[in-house]
Amino acid sequence: MSGAVDLSPRVPAVRRIGPALGSDPLLASLVVLVLAAALGLVLLQPAPYLVNMVGQLAAFAILAVSLDLVWGYLGILSLGHGLFFAIGGYVCAMHLLAHAYAVTGTAPDLMQFMGWKSLPAYWTGLTSAPYALVLALGLAAAVAFVFGLASFRSRVNGVYFSIISQALVYVAMLLMFRNDTGLGGNNGMTGFSVLFGWPMGSPGVVTGLAVAALLTLAGVLVGAKVLVASPIGRRMLACRDDEARLRTLGYSTTRLKLGIWCLSAVIAALAGLLYVPQVGIINPRVLSPDLSIEIAVWVAIGGMGRLGGAVIGAVAVNALKFWLSAAMPEAWPFILSGLVLAVVLGLPNGLLDLAALRLRPASLKPTSLKPTWLRRGGGLR
Amino acid sequence: MSALVVDSLSVVFGAFRALDGLSLAVDAGEVRAVIGPNGAGKTTLLDAITGITRPRSGRIVLGDGLDLTQHGEAAIARAGVRRKFQKPSVFPALTVRENLSLGCGPGCPPGAQADRIAAALAETGLEARAGALAGALAHGEKQWLEIGMVLASEPRVILLDEPVAGLSDAETARTAELIATLRRPDRAILVIEHDMAFVEAVADRVTVLHEGRTLFEGGMAAARADARVIEVFLGR
Repeated sequence: MSGAVDLSPRVPAVRRIGPALGSDPLLASLVVLVLAAALGLVLLQPAPYLVNMVGQLAAFAILAVSLDLVWGYLGILSLGHGLFFAIGGYVCAMHLLAHAYAVTGTAPDLMQFMGWKSLPAYWTGLTSAPYALVLALGLAAAVAFVFGLASFRSRVNGVYFSIISQALVYVAMLLMFRNDTGLGGNNGMTGFSVLFGWPMGSPGVVTGLAVAALLTLAGVLVGAKVLVASPIGRRMLACRDDEARLRTLGYSTTRLKLGIWCLSAVIAALAGLLYVPQVGIINPRVLSPDLSIEIAVWVAIGGMGRLGGAVIGAVAVNALKFWLSAAMPEAWPFILSGLVLAVVLGLPNGLLDLAALRLRPASLKPTSLKPTWLRRGGGLR
Repeated sequence: MSALVVDSLSVVFGAFRALDGLSLAVDAGEVRAVIGPNGAGKTTLLDAITGITRPRSGRIVLGDGLDLTQHGEAAIARAGVRRKFQKPSVFPALTVRENLSLGCGPGCPPGAQADRIAAALAETGLEARAGALAGALAHGEKQWLEIGMVLASEPRVILLDEPVAGLSDAETARTAELIATLRRPDRAILVIEHDMAFVEAVADRVTVLHEGRTLFEGGMAAARADARVIEVFLGR
């Protein structure tokens, strides 16, 4: 947040990319790293399981960024972001099944299981990928709008909002466990055989999906950085720190929060959309409250209110999880809880505190005396 | 001409009548001080004017006839009513300059913003601190920054809630000068303050509140001589 950033709201977004990234070297290097990883996957063609893992990590990182936008920058802690992730994932799965049905003629499991002769009416048109994309993002935005409008208008804030968001994702999970929804019930949806006419497990498709996830992550990071460096970003920080005060300056905080909340939901849906074809399955477990809490844990561990922190947290925790949940699955919950405690007690601003120790030794003394909230919004200046 | 008219305003919290049929008119160009003992309803009056508290009955009308009791906080601010809070309310994670840019308000023409920020920096004497985070300012500087944020919106009604609370004598004198420069023929200023010397220095007239009602209205010298005012407030 240097004073040199242009305060005028009329500068086109494209021209803001340079200054925005320039003000945040950590994020700029992360974007470069993500793009380099995409290039590396294409050129070096590593083992498919590794490519797939990178792709999944990228999807989680997008999800973490979506939560950091509302939590780190706007002070809205959602413990139900799995809902929007699941909306993207479910619609993507519906498209994949409808598409495979159209191409191969084999009826999906859920039709056979329910004894249906055809897919329910609300599956109509989902063979079209563009329609599925619009539906996934539009549905996430619509659900977020209705829930956000009801909450923000009634000035439901803080822990109350968090609890309600958690209840919402739980209700969605109970709904999706029902078999008669036509969305796979507790078995979920799997058996995706074709993507854009290509066989699902082929190395080309695996690489293509991972690269798509990485490029989307890079795009989301750049877009989010431009947003938070803009005048709207300053309103977000102001709203986070003192919403009532911002209102008495003439700003409609309901509109601000609603807009960013819906944007965050769309980004989370995008993450779900990219995640499901890579794991090959979706079931109501993605709607379990503990997954939604885990998203917040990634952001807290990486460092909230700094987009780079969300990416680092999501990647670090999930890479550790991929490794440890295979090596010693029973220990994973304890390790995750231990990590949370260590971060809360030792690194109040997440892993990025470590980077600050190393990068700015001279600034340690004065800043470490300030309360956390002073440093939180500042980033690595 | 009255810039702000408070007409038989009542604010009730449970069984407690914080404001009890209060009426008050502030002229354009005037600096009015509202004084009174703790619990007299001074801050409640500002809360009602800025839309933070809903009155039970009564009206609050701007010079052009807009009834503020029908609008929310943001709309009231956009209508040109700005408040400096008792506790300095600046945004700690933003710089002084960024705080002032928010102070300009959402309706500020983009071309005018740079000028208004520069003017507010000059008036408050915070030019050298423009790039500093507001959270790192001293208490007095925060008070001035908040007054600067009020200024940047070019408001027609300014509400100042204890602008010199906790300030040194030198800072108080500096704040009195600042308030003198805020005065404009088309602007009404309402100040709540406990510091009587400060009130005497800045205000044209004083309104003394007691138990949610007006006890006295007039010049500060007359207020000091008024038997009822001495009894409930000054004499203690």
